[in-house]
Amino acid sequence: MPGTVIDDIEIIDAGHGGGTGTPAGGDDDSGSSGGRKPVPRRAYFTALQLGLAAIVMFFMALASSYIVRKGLGNDWQRTPMPPVVWFNTAILLISSGTIILARRKLDGKDRDAFRTWWWVTTGLGLLFLAGQIVAWRQLAAEGMMLATNPSSSFFYLLTAAHGAHLAGGIVALFYVTFRQWKRSRISQATAAELTSIYWHFMDGLWVFLLVLLTLGR
Amino acid sequence: MQRRPSERGSTSIAFALAAFIIAMTVVTVYIFWAKIWWFPPAITNIGHEIDDQFARTLLITGIVFVAAQFGLAYAVFRFRDHGQKATYFEGNNTLEIVWTLATVVLFVGLGLYARNAWAQVHFTDASPSAIPIEVTGQQFAWNFRYAGPDGKFGRTKPELVSASTGNPIGLDPTDPVGKDDIVSPVMAVPVGREVDLILKSQDVTHSFFVRELRLKQDAVPGMEIHMHFTADDPGTYDLVCAELCGLGHYRMHTTLTVMSEADYEKWLTEQEAANQ
Amino acid sequence: MVTHENGGGHGHHEPPSGFIRKYIFSVDHKVIGIQYLCLALFSVFVGMALSALMRLHLGWPLAHWWFFKGGLMTPEQYLALMTMHGTIMVFMVLTTAPQSGFGNYFLPIQIGAADMAFPVLNMLSFWTTFVSLVVMIAAFFVTGGAPIGGWTSYPPLSALGEMAGPGQGAGETLWIVGLAIFCGASLMGALNFITTLIDLRVKGMTLGRLPLTCWTWFVTAILGLLAFGVLLAACILLLLDRVAGTSFFIPGGLVITDQVVTWHKGGSPLLWQHLFWFFGHPEVYIAILPGMGVASHLLSTFSRKPVFGYRAMVAAICGIGFLGFCVWGHHMFISGMSPYSAFAFSILTMTIGVPSAIKTFNWLGTLWGGKITFNCAMLFALGFVSLFVSGGLSGLFLAQPSLDLYLHDAYFVVAHFHLIMGVAAIFGMFAGMYFWFPKMFGRFLNETIGKIHFWFTFIGVYCIFMPMHFLGLAGHPRRYFDTTAVDYLQKLQPVHVFISIAAFITIGAQFIFLFNFFWSLFWGKEAKEENPWHATTLEWSIPSPPPHDNFGGHEPVVYHGPYEFSVPGAADDYIPQHLAPELVRKAE
Repeated sequence: MPGTVIDDIEIIDAGHGGGTGTPAGGDDDSGSSGGRKPVPRRAYFTALQLGLAAIVMFFMALASSYIVRKGLGNDWQRTPMPPVVWFNTAILLISSGTIILARRKLDGKDRDAFRTWWWVTTGLGLLFLAGQIVAWRQLAAEGMMLATNPSSSFFYLLTAAHGAHLAGGIVALFYVTFRQWKRSRISQATAAELTSIYWHFMDGLWVFLLVLLTLGR
Repeated sequence: MQRRPSERGSTSIAFALAAFIIAMTVVTVYIFWAKIWWFPPAITNIGHEIDDQFARTLLITGIVFVAAQFGLAYAVFRFRDHGQKATYFEGNNTLEIVWTLATVVLFVGLGLYARNAWAQVHFTDASPSAIPIEVTGQQFAWNFRYAGPDGKFGRTKPELVSASTGNPIGLDPTDPVGKDDIVSPVMAVPVGREVDLILKSQDVTHSFFVRELRLKQDAVPGMEIHMHFTADDPGTYDLVCAELCGLGHYRMHTTLTVMSEADYEKWLTEQEAANQ
Repeated sequence: MVTHENGGGHGHHEPPSGFIRKYIFSVDHKVIGIQYLCLALFSVFVGMALSALMRLHLGWPLAHWWFFKGGLMTPEQYLALMTMHGTIMVFMVLTTAPQSGFGNYFLPIQIGAADMAFPVLNMLSFWTTFVSLVVMIAAFFVTGGAPIGGWTSYPPLSALGEMAGPGQGAGETLWIVGLAIFCGASLMGALNFITTLIDLRVKGMTLGRLPLTCWTWFVTAILGLLAFGVLLAACILLLLDRVAGTSFFIPGGLVITDQVVTWHKGGSPLLWQHLFWFFGHPEVYIAILPGMGVASHLLSTFSRKPVFGYRAMVAAICGIGFLGFCVWGHHMFISGMSPYSAFAFSILTMTIGVPSAIKTFNWLGTLWGGKITFNCAMLFALGFVSLFVSGGLSGLFLAQPSLDLYLHDAYFVVAHFHLIMGVAAIFGMFAGMYFWFPKMFGRFLNETIGKIHFWFTFIGVYCIFMPMHFLGLAGHPRRYFDTTAVDYLQKLQPVHVFISIAAFITIGAQFIFLFNFFWSLFWGKEAKEENPWHATTLEWSIPSPPPHDNFGGHEPVVYHGPYEFSVPGAADDYIPQHLAPELVRKAE
């Protein structure tokens, strides 16, 4: 019975151009002769997107629990938004601006300015976290603790979860500052780009949580 | 070129495999067909409808089961390596489309067909004349509350729950409405009358299950879940817990007795006397 | 913090030296894959031991055994065994071996890569899994013992602590913490798998030429990536309810053993169920998909024919993956959930049966007209098909809420999920093991001993799990300590005896496999040639065992699809994927 060798079928084209496939190399490609091929630069971006997808699912689970729990029962009480939260939000938004600025400086080869603005961003991130702790203190002062009522439970939980992920972002900021980039797989610029994507995402996530907490109060 | 010679034992293995698969299929089908282990007879109309849907499903899955397992057994034997060449084909789009569509129609059709029985149980409420019975599960017993002549349930309070002093569901003695409530560890219903169960739990999730009713419903703490039925055959039936609730899950057992209207009234009177 | 991605500097790359870097904290995906397989092998024997004890009691509930205090097992012991059996089997065996074990070892090789995209992350994901196993097993050794709430851990039973039952104190807390750690490990692994598959394929390895094993590892990883975050959230909420006094899942007004619970109110037990099953349903597809990939792969290889309907198979894998996120409510028909939602979930569940049916038809189509060799790998692959049919069809009953009214939480469900997960998925693993053992270790598993293992196991599992359907029909609820408290259950006791005896024989047969495994590691027949099975995929183009960087420094190029067997016009009955077209020998 005659048959033909199956032709390759491009069902999803994710990074490969053309029908017969292109070399799996990135801008670090040193050729395929001798030595293991380095992981392509775009893989780091793929991984980051995947990580963000997982984080989204985690927060969606919490957010939907928030909505469901609010709709049940009659023990939902308003959790007042601690005033410092608006200040913290502003800090975080500004830090997204400073991280963009820092990267522009790096692109323009102005390493000193990059370092400065990168440190500013790091400082703002730390300030945000400190501010969130102040927010908790303000809430506690009004008698709203973790277990006081479901609304307060979610406030502490959502801010803690976001804060933990943001702390991870701060670790990344430190990493970009202190790592010896000469011996690394990727360039400092790439690492800075990855970190800033994550940082903006944390920013956006915070805005989403803020809207949720405000509307659901 | 090093080609592994076709295994000499290939025919015996192929035969053994095909034979076992066929034997397993035949034995399984037989046990289902002969109803060697089976449901007890249903005592509700909805039970009969559920049995019908089960039979429909069994027929369809049975045919698919036999066809697939026999097909596998046949293929395994017929196409064992006995020196032939394999026939090269990568697929058959027509076949693929046909059996996909057939499966969709069959499976989804079966699912849609099952709507009727489910709708009768849960898409409609009990009629207003149904007898309300409150079913409370706890670790590890069932209690049933009847509303008494006033048809209303009295107030209960968790603080008043005390199995040892005979108040397992925490009836509040200060509530006059509850004075005629009857609490019993066994359940009784009159034959042919609709009953509206109100399922509750005191501690963890339990599940009310009587085989002959063909009904099961979780009793979830913090919720009051309704389920209605009409029992048509007198008798005493086992009532067990069907949701893991702790140590005594396996012995959280009582009975449902379906009795004539007259016997039911007598039973209620006896319970009321015992409750005083 | 210096990470050596890919283990070295720029052009050259040396294998690691020293025992610790080579075998303990290795970043080589092959070593990590074997580590996962070892973890799964250990866990499956622990899980079987637990089930053996369960079956001992279920078969002879009144018999006295010297190793129990007072001679008899207690209900809490039984429930703890059952909880840990389910937990260890589902997470430490079914979620690790098929995906993180074989997938780690063979995904990079089958796509022509030298390693996973992030080898250090890979190493971390294994050791995190190891830590989670240790934490879970620790639950056996704390006051109160292991938890008794089942692997599903429904609150309030799982949220109220020791007052709800023994083992629900420290044991349950350790269980939750162990599970949360496992979530992290799985997310790390999933990320690595997907990135590797998307970005590290060699030239010519288009998605249309991916072996079906890779497709299943890919979709499984996507399921894991999206599902485990939800489980992590659920675990955190449950933990807070237990230790921080919150009330996500615990309603008010509860009374347990005459003690009123005043410190919780307003929560919903159903919320846990939604969160858990939103994870839990994709989880069971995570458990079975890689086995399907292995089955397809082996059925083709040992029938010397292409997979029938490769594109449909890929579509089915993706369909199962996608629909897997849409059907979680079918675990909750009886829960008190809206009956209208229940019906919607029911129709979606019936729909997910369609891609599974397509796969079954295509497996039969793959065998049809073939030239079947019956080595152990193929026997287990064939067994997989039979068991998948048997287990899958009972799903059609359970997917209908009107039937689930009777069958829910009864042994019919236990039969269903054991046949699919506890047997078919395991057969996928065995098939993979017999197939890939020569590549991993340079020696074959003994075929004769393997066949004895196969027959005992195949017959044994049918004897164990088919009768459970009948227990379910007779109305036997699941998670029951024994039948002694209910008359109509006592009448079913002979079935329990039969099942228990079958279980002991089958468990015993697994020691045959264990013996074969270790014996063959040292004294098995050597697999000197690279491609003893005359298979087509890239792992069969490299030495056994493979060198540290898999392809010896050069990158293969892929010219053919993965299942070019018995191609007309070719002299050999297989064309390896990497063989340049001009090198393919033509038939005379």
